[in-house]
Amino acid sequence: MSLATLLAFERPPIDWHAIAPELTLLVVGSLITLADLIWTERIRPLMPTLAGAGLLATLIPILTLAVDGTDRVMFGGAYVIDDLSLVLKALFLIAGYLVVLLSVDYIRNGDYHENEYYSLLLSSLLGMVLLASSRDLITMFMALELLSIPAYMLAGWRKGGATSNEASIKYYLMGVFASAIMLYGMSLLFGMAGSTAFDDIRVALAGPDPSGMAILGVLFVLIGFSFKVSAVPFHTWAPDTYEGAPTPVTAFLAVASKAAGFVALLQLVYVAFPTREDVVEPFFWIMAALTMTVGNLLALRQTNIVRMLAYSGVAQGGFMLAPFAVVGDAPEQSIKAVVTYLIIYVFMNLGAFAVVLAVAARTNSGEISSYSGLFHRSPGLAVAMTVFLAGLAGIPPVSGWFAKFLIWNALLDASSPQGSLLAVVVAVNAVIAFGYYGRIMREMWMSDAPEVTEPHFTVSRALKAAIVLTIIATLAFGIYPQWAARFGDISTSLAL
Amino acid sequence: MLVNQFLLLGAFLFCTGVYGVLARRNAVMVLMSIELMLNAVNINLLTFGYLHNAVSGQVFALFIIAVAAAEVAVGLAIILLIYRNRASINVDELDLMRG
Repeated sequence: MSLATLLAFERPPIDWHAIAPELTLLVVGSLITLADLIWTERIRPLMPTLAGAGLLATLIPILTLAVDGTDRVMFGGAYVIDDLSLVLKALFLIAGYLVVLLSVDYIRNGDYHENEYYSLLLSSLLGMVLLASSRDLITMFMALELLSIPAYMLAGWRKGGATSNEASIKYYLMGVFASAIMLYGMSLLFGMAGSTAFDDIRVALAGPDPSGMAILGVLFVLIGFSFKVSAVPFHTWAPDTYEGAPTPVTAFLAVASKAAGFVALLQLVYVAFPTREDVVEPFFWIMAALTMTVGNLLALRQTNIVRMLAYSGVAQGGFMLAPFAVVGDAPEQSIKAVVTYLIIYVFMNLGAFAVVLAVAARTNSGEISSYSGLFHRSPGLAVAMTVFLAGLAGIPPVSGWFAKFLIWNALLDASSPQGSLLAVVVAVNAVIAFGYYGRIMREMWMSDAPEVTEPHFTVSRALKAAIVLTIIATLAFGIYPQWAARFGDISTSLAL
Repeated sequence: MLVNQFLLLGAFLFCTGVYGVLARRNAVMVLMSIELMLNAVNINLLTFGYLHNAVSGQVFALFIIAVAAAEVAVGLAIILLIYRNRASINVDELDLMRG
């Protein structure tokens, strides 16, 4: 290449407004690292405040973009800002803010590296925000790695703790293995389409008689992301990682990281693979049925609450996978169900983790038995936990029922025998789930408090704020489900 | 160009890598097997890029090389941490949590 052609290179036009959220997050993340280098000890107590403020500031460009409302396509179609991606970005940022609230006291009292913790959290969130817009194999891969690599480190944040080390290495090895499988699938898709853009892949995949390479490529990519959303049989890392990692990190992985996996699946299934529903539908049917059933059955026999929430998260992931099994017959209802479920799930599950953190800060125990008689010791926490558990179990008027209702709606709207059969599986599993959520409620309300006990609980301000915010969201979405459904309706544009 | 041979080499390397991940018990060897899988992907991408005369294949391979380096850095740090705490990097001995 001659110098003249190099000099003739012109930067493609960049829509700065469209990437303002990403830039804001990047700047905040870099600035807090820089601030720590300059002011060291003096600025460290401010770190969670700065990180939280940065996350809220990132919501401003997202709001202005939402008000503007036009779809923006950039970098030759590799990066798309539409209503759905804005909703998901906002969801990731709010989840990130709640995780910061959960982390404040845990990270400070544990004497961990405060600044690095929040920088890594922000960079992982940046990966999620990028993922919500990616419409290209390279962009999607980079976004996925940007969100995963900091998460591997966060899982091992208690450096001296053997369980935290173990959590980290298991998450790391499974995650890297999964992304290698996913990349092999991506290379096959690239070989078939001759392009990395999802639009070209969709066109190349169309046709009645796909090549074996195309099917293998689709399956490998879907399997790679099944690890991320901890779908059975690729869930084996999840319980150990969740139990061993610091609890705020567990909340982050169980909620934000899992939501990111589902967002990637949505983009792939609706933009890249809609013409191959004959491969996608049976794959997700089997995955969803297995994930729900295995997750629920294993959750029943857990004695540690974090581990139980991990398996319950696996089962909830199964519910969210179910609408993917009918994407061909009911595309709009399916995407609406998944997005609404994600929004509702984020608040319920983060709330449950906030209560777990508040109780563990006092009792230093993650055992379910340490919740006995919680109502007598701390009525507020017991009521809050009951609301979140009722939400996860799907008892009206708490929001979870509406999420499950939309899943059934999508499955039955498909009016196919497979869809109806899966609806039955979902119903059976929803009943099984009452078993373990109910056990904790009974423990809190019916059992007597243990002999040696603290008279009362003090809950830190940050945790209180997190619990109040999540409880408001959980109840509001349950009583006024149209608010959550409104975001689901926005997302159906992807299905057209 | 003998495209077939390159794709077969890629498939062979990938399968070797998968076997290594499943069979090896030393964490560093598992990590190296994963590197083998990633390089199989790179061979595939370069071959397909040549076949379609598309530069994005080479660009993708460059991105994978860069990210793989970052992943290995984090992975080795985690393995080092485990070695310091337990003086062993056998992945079978990492079984504190069960059920």
